[in-house]
Amino acid sequence: MLQSPTQVTGVKMKLIAWAIALAAAGLTPAAAQTPQAAQPQATKQVTGPAAATAPSERAQGQSLDAANAPAPSTPATANPTATEATATGFAHGLPEKHIGVPIKAGTGIQEQVTEIGRGAATFHNVWLLGLCAIISIFVLALLGYTMLRFRRAANPTPSRTSHNTGLEVVWTLVPVLILVGIAIPSMRLLNKQYSPPPADVTVKVTGNQWFWTYSYPDNGGFEIVSNLLKEKADVKPGDRFRTDADGPPLLAVDERMVIPAGKTVKFLVTANDVIHAFWVPAFWSKVDANPGQINEIWAKVDRPGVYFGQCTELCGARHAYMPIAVEVVPEAQFNAWVASKGGTPRGAKPAAAPAAAAAAAPAEAAPAEAQPATNQAATAQN
Amino acid sequence: MATTADTLPLKSHEAHDAHHDADHKPGFFTRWFMSTNHKDIGTLYLIFAIVAGVIGGSISGIMRWELMEPGIQVLNQSWPLGAGTANFDEWTHHWNVLITAHGLIMVFFMVMPAMIGGFGNWFVPLMIGAPDMAFPRMNNISFWLLIPSFLLLLGSTFVSGGTGLGAGTGWTVYAPLSTSGSAGPAVDMAIFSLHIAGASSILGAINFITTIFNMRAPGMTLHKMPLFVWSVLVTAFLLLLALPVLAGAITMLLTDRNFGTSFFDASGGGNPVLYQHLFWFFGHPEVYIMILPGFGMVSQVVATFSRKPVFGYLGMAYAMVAIGVVGFVVWAHHMFTTGMSMEVKMYFTAATMIIAVPTGVKIFSWIATMWGGSLTFETPMLWAIGFIFLFTVGGVTGVVLANGGVDNYMHDTYYVVAHFHYVLSLGAVFAIFAGFYYWFPKMSGKMYNELLGKLHFFIMFIGVNMVFFPMHFLGLDGMPRRIPDYTPAFTEWNQIATYGYMVTIAGMAVFFVNLFWSLAAGKKAPDNPWGEGATTLEWTLSSPPPFHQFSTLPVIK
Repeated sequence: MLQSPTQVTGVKMKLIAWAIALAAAGLTPAAAQTPQAAQPQATKQVTGPAAATAPSERAQGQSLDAANAPAPSTPATANPTATEATATGFAHGLPEKHIGVPIKAGTGIQEQVTEIGRGAATFHNVWLLGLCAIISIFVLALLGYTMLRFRRAANPTPSRTSHNTGLEVVWTLVPVLILVGIAIPSMRLLNKQYSPPPADVTVKVTGNQWFWTYSYPDNGGFEIVSNLLKEKADVKPGDRFRTDADGPPLLAVDERMVIPAGKTVKFLVTANDVIHAFWVPAFWSKVDANPGQINEIWAKVDRPGVYFGQCTELCGARHAYMPIAVEVVPEAQFNAWVASKGGTPRGAKPAAAPAAAAAAAPAEAAPAEAQPATNQAATAQN
Repeated sequence: MATTADTLPLKSHEAHDAHHDADHKPGFFTRWFMSTNHKDIGTLYLIFAIVAGVIGGSISGIMRWELMEPGIQVLNQSWPLGAGTANFDEWTHHWNVLITAHGLIMVFFMVMPAMIGGFGNWFVPLMIGAPDMAFPRMNNISFWLLIPSFLLLLGSTFVSGGTGLGAGTGWTVYAPLSTSGSAGPAVDMAIFSLHIAGASSILGAINFITTIFNMRAPGMTLHKMPLFVWSVLVTAFLLLLALPVLAGAITMLLTDRNFGTSFFDASGGGNPVLYQHLFWFFGHPEVYIMILPGFGMVSQVVATFSRKPVFGYLGMAYAMVAIGVVGFVVWAHHMFTTGMSMEVKMYFTAATMIIAVPTGVKIFSWIATMWGGSLTFETPMLWAIGFIFLFTVGGVTGVVLANGGVDNYMHDTYYVVAHFHYVLSLGAVFAIFAGFYYWFPKMSGKMYNELLGKLHFFIMFIGVNMVFFPMHFLGLDGMPRRIPDYTPAFTEWNQIATYGYMVTIAGMAVFFVNLFWSLAAGKKAPDNPWGEGATTLEWTLSSPPPFHQFSTLPVIK
C-alpha cells in the first residue's frame, strides 16, 4: 500500500487519538487489538496531553462504539440524527430505509438526490423503459399474431412474397427516427453531466485494495480512511462492529465521507494499486479510479442523508468488500466535521500547515471516527 | 461415387481409384485424430463445445449456488466448489477465478467452436456445393489448437494467481489487476490460452474466407448464398481483423508482467486505459462474432418452417455486413466510465445506437418471413422464435446502455450482466439449439425426439428467463457485477435467479437424454425431414451425407 507522507501522518494521528481514547476509557486491551495492518506501529505512540480530553469526547453522543464496548464505563445512548448536532460539533446521521440504500427486492433505479440524477432517471424510467416495453411488446404481439394467423392449419398455402421495398424502407427509417428521438435528450444529458458549476468543495477519492481514502485538499488536506464495518460475529470481542445505525451489512463503513448539502462537490478519483470504480447510486454517475490518472465527477446533493455505494470495477479478492458511504449534511455541520478532523472549514483561514492541522486531530477526533485503517482486518475473519 | 462417376469425363481417373467410393472412411484413429474432413472436424468441434459448455455451465451453477444468499457458503468448501482453504481472501479469489473461467470458456470454448467450428465447418461447404474446406489440413490444426488452449486455461486454475490458485482477472484481463495485481503463473497461462485460441480462430477464418470466395458451385453467386454462409463470411472477416489486436494487447500484458515493460503502467509512462481500448477493439467485434452465425442459422430455420423464402434477402445479408462494419467503431461504449471526454462519449453513444437499425431490419425481416407462411412449430422453429423475442429484449436494453449518460448508472452492474446474457445466453445459445435440432437429422442420420425437444425448449425458456430477467432489477437497485457476497436487500432476486438455474439444468438434462437416446435409437432420418421449405443444398444429400460429397459439383440455376 502506497501512501504519501501526509497521508501517513493523518492516519497516525487518528490512530493515536483512538488509542488514547480507549486507554482513557479503560479499554486498553481492545485498543491493543484494534489497529492492524495499516499502521501497527502507531498504536504504541500514546502520548499524554490529549488523554484528558478523550473521555469527554466519548460522551458526546458517539454511542456506536460505546454500545460495542465490553466495559460498562460508558452507557449506550441513542444515535444522533443528521440534524442533531452537539454543542461542540458533529454527530453522524442515521441511514434511512428507502433512500441511499438498495431497496429489498427493488426493481428500479434508486431514488436520486441530484438534479442530474433525477433528470437521467426520468429519461430512463419514462422514455427508455417505455420504449423498451413498447418495442418488446410490439415484437411479441407481431410474433404471436403471425404464429396464430399463419399456422399451417390456418394457412396451408404459403405466399411467395419475399420483397416489399416500401415496408423495408419504413422499418429502416422509423427506427432511425426513434433513435434520433433518444439521441437528442441523451446528448443533452451528457452535456449537463459535463458542465459542472464551480466547485464549492473538492474531495480526492482514492481506491485501494480494498478500502477507500478520502482527502479534502481545499480544507487543509486531511485524509480519512474508510473501511467496511464487519458484523458482530466476525469481529474480536471489543472491536467495533456494524450496527444498523452505521448502515446495511456490507455497505456500512467505519468512516463516512462527509460533504455539504446544496453545494457542488468535485470528486477527483484515482487509485493506488489497480482499477476501482467510485459509485454512489443515489448520485447517479460512477467513474473508474485509474492508478496514475485522475478522473473528475461532480455531484450537487440537495438532500441531507446517508448514501451508500460500492466499488464497481473488479479489483481483486475483496472487490465485494469495499463499500462507499457518503453523508450529506448542512454546511454548518460539514464545517464542524471538518474541524473535528483537524481541517479548515470553508471560508475560514487555512491552517498554518497541514501537519499542524493534523496535529490538532487527537484532541478533537471522536473515538468512533478515529478508528484506524484496517484494510486487512476489515473482513479477514469472515 | 459409382453412380455418378459414370457420367463424368473423369471416368478413367476414377476407375483407377474405384475402391475410393464416397463412403470409404479411414480407421478410427486416422479419422478422428488426423481428420481432414470438414464434417468430421465439425463433429469434433461440436463435441468439444458440448464438453466445454458443460464445464462452463457447471461453473455458473457454483456461482448461482454461492449467490443464493448473502455471505460466503460455497467458496469456503473443498475445491473445485470452493477454494479448499481456510483463507478468506482465497475464497473470494476463487470467486474471481470462477467468473473468469466461466466467461472465457463460454466465449472461446463453447459459443465460438459450436457456431463457427461446428456448424460452420459442417454446413458452409455443403451449402455452397463444395466438396470440403479450402485448406483441410489447416482446418484440422484449427481444431487441435483448441485442445492445448483449453488445457492451459483449465491448468491455470492449479497454479498460483496471486491471492490464490487460478487467474482471477475477469475475462477482460484488465491491467493492472492482470499485471502487478496478479503474481504467479496463472494469468500467464490464461494469456497463452487466449493466444492459441486466437491463432486457431484466425486459421479458421482464413479457411472460411478462402472456401466461400473460391469454392462455390457453378451458379452459386454471392447473392444466391444461403444467409448462414453470409453470416459465417462476415464473422470470418471480423475474426481476421479483430483477433490480431487481442493478440497484440495480451502480448503487451505478458511483457508488462514478465519483461519489465510498462505499456499499461502509468508509473512507467504507460496507460491502463490503453489496454481497455485494445481489448474492446477486439471485444466488441467479438460479441458480433458470437451472434452473427446465430442470425444466419435463425434465418435458415425460420424460412424452412415458414415454407417461404427469406424476406428481404439482400437487406438481411447487407444488414449483417453493416453490423460487422459498424461493430468495429463502437468499442468504447464498454468504457464509458473510464473518464473519457464528452465529445468522445457523444460519438460512441451515437455510433452504438446506429447498430440498432440493421438489427431491427433483421428482426422485422424474420417476422415478415413468417408472415404469409405456412408455419409449423417443430423444435428448431420454437428455438428460433424464442431467439427472435429474447434477442429483441436484449437489444432494447442495449439501446438503454448505449446512452453514455445513462450507462454511468448501469455500467458494471447486474443490468449489464442481464443485457449480455439476454443476447448471448438467450440469443446465441438459443440459436445454437435451433441449429442443433435443425441439422441433427442431417448430421447424425437419426431423428431426435420431438416431444423431448419441445420439452427442452419450454423448460429452458422458463429457466433462463428466471435466471436473467431479475438481474435487470438487481442492477437498477445497485448490485455491482462480479461480487460473491451482497447486502441482504439483493437476496430475493438472487434466489429467483438461482431457482431459475435449477430449472435450466432440468431443461439441459432433457436435452442430453434426447441427444443420447436419439443417437442410439432415433428413427432413421430421411434426406430432407423438413419438407418443401428446406431448399438449401445440404438437404439434397443423404442423411448423414456421404463421407465426400459433391464430387460432381451441383449446378445452381
